[in-house]
Amino acid sequence: MDTALLFDNAVVLLPELVLAVGVMVLMLVDIVRRGQNGSQLLANMSVVILLLGIGASLMIWGRAPVEYLDGAVSDGFALSVRLVILIAGVLGVFLSRNNFPAIERQGGAFYSLHLLAVIGMMLMGTATNLIVLFIALEIFSLALYILSGFYRDNPRSIEAAMKYFLLGAFASTFFVYGSALLYGAGGSAHYARIHETLATGGGNPSLVWPGIALLLVGFGFKVSLVPFHMWTPDVYQGAPTPVTAFMSVGTKAAAFAGFFRVMMTALPSYHDQWAMPLAILAVLTMTVGNLTALRQSSVKRMLAYSGIAHAGNILIALVAGTAAASSAAAFYLFAYAFMNVGAFTVTIALEKQYGNENDVEQSRLAGAAERFPVLAAAMAIFMLSLSGIPPLAGFFGKFLVFKAALEAGWAWLVVIGVLNSAISAYYYLRIVVTMYFQQDEEIGDGKEPLPLPASRSSVIVVVVSILAVVVIGLQPGLWADLLRGLGQ
Amino acid sequence: MLDLAWLILVFPALGALINLFVGDRLKERGIHFVASGAVVLSFVVSLGLFFGLSGLDEHHRTATVHLWDWITIGSFRAPAALLIDPLSVTMALIVTGVGALIHIYAGGYMHGEQNYQRFFVYLNFFILAMLVLILSNNFVGMFVGWEGVGLASYLLIGFYFDRHDESYGHYADAGKKAFLVNRIGDFGMMLAVFLIWTGVGSVVFEEVSQGSGALATGTATAICLLLLLAATGKSAQLPLFVWLPDAMAGPTPVSALIHAATMVTAGIYMVARTHFLWDLAPIAGSLAAWVGGLTALLAATIALTQVDLKKILAYSTISQLGYMMLGVGVGAYAFAIFHLVTHAFFKALLFLAAGNVMHGLPDGELDIRKMGNLRAKMPTTYILFVIGALALAGFPALSGFFSKDGILLHVANHNILLYLVGLFTALLTAFYSFRAVFMAFCGEARDQHIHEHAHESPAVMTRPLWVLAILAVIGGALNLPMVLTMEHYLEASVGKPAFHPSMPMELVLLAVSAVVALAGVGLAYGRYLKSSNSSVGRLSAGITGLVRPLEPIARNRWYVDEIYAAWIVGPLLGLSKWFTHVVDQGVVDGAVNLVGHANLFLGGALRKVHNGLVPTYALSLFCGVVALLLWFVIGG
Repeated sequence: MDTALLFDNAVVLLPELVLAVGVMVLMLVDIVRRGQNGSQLLANMSVVILLLGIGASLMIWGRAPVEYLDGAVSDGFALSVRLVILIAGVLGVFLSRNNFPAIERQGGAFYSLHLLAVIGMMLMGTATNLIVLFIALEIFSLALYILSGFYRDNPRSIEAAMKYFLLGAFASTFFVYGSALLYGAGGSAHYARIHETLATGGGNPSLVWPGIALLLVGFGFKVSLVPFHMWTPDVYQGAPTPVTAFMSVGTKAAAFAGFFRVMMTALPSYHDQWAMPLAILAVLTMTVGNLTALRQSSVKRMLAYSGIAHAGNILIALVAGTAAASSAAAFYLFAYAFMNVGAFTVTIALEKQYGNENDVEQSRLAGAAERFPVLAAAMAIFMLSLSGIPPLAGFFGKFLVFKAALEAGWAWLVVIGVLNSAISAYYYLRIVVTMYFQQDEEIGDGKEPLPLPASRSSVIVVVVSILAVVVIGLQPGLWADLLRGLGQ
Repeated sequence: MLDLAWLILVFPALGALINLFVGDRLKERGIHFVASGAVVLSFVVSLGLFFGLSGLDEHHRTATVHLWDWITIGSFRAPAALLIDPLSVTMALIVTGVGALIHIYAGGYMHGEQNYQRFFVYLNFFILAMLVLILSNNFVGMFVGWEGVGLASYLLIGFYFDRHDESYGHYADAGKKAFLVNRIGDFGMMLAVFLIWTGVGSVVFEEVSQGSGALATGTATAICLLLLLAATGKSAQLPLFVWLPDAMAGPTPVSALIHAATMVTAGIYMVARTHFLWDLAPIAGSLAAWVGGLTALLAATIALTQVDLKKILAYSTISQLGYMMLGVGVGAYAFAIFHLVTHAFFKALLFLAAGNVMHGLPDGELDIRKMGNLRAKMPTTYILFVIGALALAGFPALSGFFSKDGILLHVANHNILLYLVGLFTALLTAFYSFRAVFMAFCGEARDQHIHEHAHESPAVMTRPLWVLAILAVIGGALNLPMVLTMEHYLEASVGKPAFHPSMPMELVLLAVSAVVALAGVGLAYGRYLKSSNSSVGRLSAGITGLVRPLEPIARNRWYVDEIYAAWIVGPLLGLSKWFTHVVDQGVVDGAVNLVGHANLFLGGALRKVHNGLVPTYALSLFCGVVALLLWFVIGG
């Protein structure tokens, strides 16, 4: 093999490479300063590395898409997804700087795993090859398994990690099996070549069907589609909240990116066949996610089920399967990154005040608006955006996805999506109602506002998220143009 | 010169903004200076427009000043553009000229008021909205001004929103009433504009005028009936006049502004502006004439019975607007506008003079039964008020005489019955005007306490009135029967009147009107100043005794408010209650709650599946695998 090939178009992977080098430096620094307490330095380093990654992404933005070694591509869609993941990564690092003892103790491990997860996630959207895709999946999954159990003293955290790992491994086997079947069907692991072979009547089409089915299981697990979603609430609830915030956005963005690319570049000729089962999965996911979220008492679990429902919404875009739909999905994920991380940030602040170490009950939020007016207002904005109320970012995410689906002729699916949005408004607004219109029974009303139970970095995250949610909502066209779909 | 027309809007807008944002740093004088100065400057611009327009060729005295494209959606186009023609310039002169005098006067009247700044912000906004209404070159722009005027009137009528007394109830309610009643008219306006757009495909006056031939008579009639509804709202005609008397709850300068310069003239202006539509719909025109005639009569009878000085003037305005509506209804647009102009002079004069009375009496007393012999205490105001009353009464050679007569002349040709109604109303007008004069200013002082404390107003509140008084006297010269200046001037906007009276007829009718006016004044003199023992007194008492049985009805304003309350407001409230309690709370909420409970129940059931055990989760996942495999393998 010609070594020159190794460097040809390597710029495609520039952001990943920047992060990979950064992780190594970070681990070295951790070794050098071993024995010293505190992880501020490492957190700051991680932020810098991630910002460099964003810089690298912006640097190669707008270039003609090129492919690297038949395995990765840097088209507009890949870059859009990268941006979402990097933003979630930065916000996640900021969130972790909230005096969590476990993270303080083992900052080196935490931040290097965090960055590795980001690398894996970014690769998911970049991969054009089933093998690269699987490697990317495993890179970020393994990192997240460990991060979920990072509170080693907390049984729920350990339990979450264990469940995530077991079920994740289970799902991964299906994923690998499905990939292998597709390879058998198309004679290649490369998406475009699989498509070429199958479209020209070559290969072994009978293997395509079980291949798709098993791939769906793997992706369905990662983006938590019903019925592969059962791990989600337990893991979200048990994992350290900064990790939950990061992975709720990052995993979803990464897995959907891979999902979209496989389905739309390797299997577009089978769209008629896979659209309907995906539509059914979308309906199931939205409905079960929303209905179950209605009855949750824990804020984190509620957000977990809400995340499941959002996955159902994004899946609608894949069902539509058009270029516009994939860019709508990128927009959705972009908006979701800010509003969901923002919601988790407020949750961290509130759980310090009201909850146990790692969770908070909804009913405890009564009267929060009087004592933490700013936090409550921020939470209200995030809840309104998540429920899709205009003119906030969440509304336009839904709007674009539904519009793309309508244009592709999936009116009935959009109707169910809209009905589900109505259901979801109930549990999002319930948080607002609890904070604003109910009184804290222990303390009563008329209390002076208390100082914010949030660190400065949390405040930064909240402010950035609010600004983003509002600005994206006020200027949706700008961002919709920026974020590209597949083939755009 | 005409290109600078936009300045006319800029000044009041700037005045309102300056007073809004930095008014709290200015003293009263500063606020007053800014507000009045803005309107005076607008008046100067209007004068400039007038002369600029006069310089144009007589037959092409129209200019459109395009400012920017405001709304362009497909073929729908509503530009932000000003139409400068004799009609709009005449209106602009009145609005800014009379408006400026009222602004100057208000500086003295509102002296020491708590919300001085807010008052002048609203007042400037009122002028701005009215100017937008009269200067826009299309229906949409006019509608913006139309609504702006409604909003400003709401804010100003309810200016004393925290007050409450017997005659007006809650002052805030008066503003609300004006706004709501006007909304009914506004809907008529909107529907009319929709119809015009669908029928002609344009909302620009000029284009509608050219394309109006495409309208079927039925459509044109429907449009005009809707416009008539709109006009009855803004110009306080039957059946929507009920808001105007209550509007007296606002400060007196506001009453003067509403009655003379802005607001109520909007309806008349709008009909004159859309005269090309009314020419197509004679039925609607007749209806407008009847509405106007009946309103004039009805309001005059009510004015006879009122004891509150400002309310007398309020009903008199309704009555005079009735004349104008009568005028536009029979196609005498120029005379209606002429009467609008003279009425602006003498009604502003009367209101401001009434404001002086109120200002000069303890507790702002307005009940004429408690006054008497005020001329001893406020001689200037007395003279001013008498001049206004003479003009209103149609006393020969004063402005009101000529303008009212111009309308009656055309009505006589159109429908003799309506002419008699108008003539009888003229008698009543002269009578109630001088009833007010005699009861308030002449005779014996009936309440010594009030009389002792009465005092004349400061110069700032009398000087502007002299200007108005002079105009009220000589305003008739604008359109002397032989010279025909104003009528001629307005031809470019509203066309030539279809009918030209012959000289003898004109003279006869003028004489009749003069006799009627004098008779009315004389009757009032006999009834209120002469003792009932004298022969004049007995005669007057005898004549007025003929209509005495009607007095209780008229005093109760023909029960219009009560009829509305019983037949419209009551059933509407009942219907809303039914919707609230039965439909909304029962059916709608019930359905919503049912769905909510069902969802919560399902959610609870689903939650139970989540038992936290990995085998259960794996089983769920596996079921999914099997289902998908079955789907694809069997389906494929």
